[in-house]
Amino acid sequence: MSVIKTEALTYVYGEGTPFRKVAVDNVDLEIEEGEFIGVIGHTGSGKSTLIQHFNGLLKPTSGSIYIDGEKLWEDKARLRAIRFKVGLVFQYPEYQLFEETCYKDIAFGPKNMGLSEEEIDKRVRETAKLFGISDAMLEKSPFELSGGQKRRVAIAGVMAMEPKVLILDEPASGLDPKGRSKILGLIREYHREKKNTVMLVSHSMEDVAKHCSRILVMNSAKIFCYDTPVNVFGRASELESMGLAVPQITRVFNRLKALGHDLGDEVYTVGYGKELLLNSLRKKQGGEP
Amino acid sequence: MLKDITIGQFFPGKSPIHRMDSRVKLLLTVAFIVMLFLAKNMYSLGIGVIFTLVTYLISDIPFKMILKSLKPIMPILIFTSILNLLFIRTGDVYWEWKIIKITSDGVDTAVFMTVRIICLIVGSSLLTYTTSPIDLTDGLEKLLSPLKKIRVPVHELAMMMTIALRFIPTLIEETDKIMAAQKARGADMETGSIIKRAKALVPILIPLFVSSFRRAEELALAMECRCYHGGEGRTRLKQLKMHLVDLIAALYVAAFIAGVVLVNIYVKK
Repeated sequence: MSVIKTEALTYVYGEGTPFRKVAVDNVDLEIEEGEFIGVIGHTGSGKSTLIQHFNGLLKPTSGSIYIDGEKLWEDKARLRAIRFKVGLVFQYPEYQLFEETCYKDIAFGPKNMGLSEEEIDKRVRETAKLFGISDAMLEKSPFELSGGQKRRVAIAGVMAMEPKVLILDEPASGLDPKGRSKILGLIREYHREKKNTVMLVSHSMEDVAKHCSRILVMNSAKIFCYDTPVNVFGRASELESMGLAVPQITRVFNRLKALGHDLGDEVYTVGYGKELLLNSLRKKQGGEP
Repeated sequence: MLKDITIGQFFPGKSPIHRMDSRVKLLLTVAFIVMLFLAKNMYSLGIGVIFTLVTYLISDIPFKMILKSLKPIMPILIFTSILNLLFIRTGDVYWEWKIIKITSDGVDTAVFMTVRIICLIVGSSLLTYTTSPIDLTDGLEKLLSPLKKIRVPVHELAMMMTIALRFIPTLIEETDKIMAAQKARGADMETGSIIKRAKALVPILIPLFVSSFRRAEELALAMECRCYHGGEGRTRLKQLKMHLVDLIAALYVAAFIAGVVLVNIYVKK
């Protein structure tokens, strides 16, 4: 059974005013459990609006959403329970830290779930460990930490609820390259360990190509495609016409192909590209000693 | 949700009232209030009502905005009418039950007061509907500038007001975001006792304060980087200028005030 399913989901901002805007238009989507999904799309394509529906923060104007087979908004009292199933990490999550210590902040979600003290403690320590937060850091005030550290604490706060689906809205934005790859690496680690579904909203094709098993492309409030990276990046020209780009390394290989050096089509990560290049170099050197 | 709150919502437009100088508009709004309080009987107040309606027509502001501006003062309206009905005991008695006595004078005064308050609110909200907050504070600064002589920091006050107005939507948006984020972590703000709900505000207020202070610091720095040093010797991009429309507006208001005064004198009950 799919963990998230939407049927003709539509959301309109400012209905009945001159500022009316369709943010999500008739979206049908089915997401299987255990996937690592990248969500890409231009600014204003409706990604953020779409993901806010998955844990019942926004009520669809029309259409329906099923989480784990359960229809959302049928019973309002169930919404909180659903929010524990689908964890949502907003953009710049460090701005929502508020407790005196990082430990307490991470414990905020699990506490709201009504877990026992020991269970909360276990989860906080486990998540902190998984997310590279030291015990010393746990006792500090979140406002003493660096930007990247704060970000990690904030994300851990959602992870500690152990949601079935973890959705992250640009978790790496505003960080330096090192912090960026650290955060993304840790999220991938989490996915590997817990086998939960992870949705990653990102602007960076490189990041999405590197980590995700499937990619959801949004374009002007509609789903353009939901497919494997190979199939998505195979439509490079269409992506470009939407103002999205394929990963830089793919562009390099496409150009090389246009110049008559066909080294392979499905190059989306720098690592794989490097391998291909080295192989072909070796072949060349081997061919003419 | 929070976005529905309108604080002096501005409706861009091209009506004569939109084109007026904000200083003149401010002064005429004061004149309008004076007009309403000059009215002594139903007939002269009727002129005030006509003035309000005609001005609304000229301004091109949708009529449903009248209702919207009245909504928050409904309790006051109901409260004053009830007080007037119950405590004015002169005139013909319409209805009596134990100590409660409804009289003709009571009804008259209740209607009179209610109509006056409605006109007051509806008419003066026209000022904020047709003037952008920036124009408004500019006008206010200019009008109050004589106070500089007695060392009132007029420019600084106006700048503070401008900044405050500018950041209201930003803060509302920010609050919405933080609320959504805490809700996503299972914060429960809708149920429970008052104390529980007040406690549930902590996770929203702390991040909001932190980010407001950060924003204030960044803004101060940005202003200093652009050499802001107060009002001394500062010139404006948009100079306030009076036009023909302002003169006509002044005459229009004056005519209505004269009308009110005349009706007060000549039309008696």
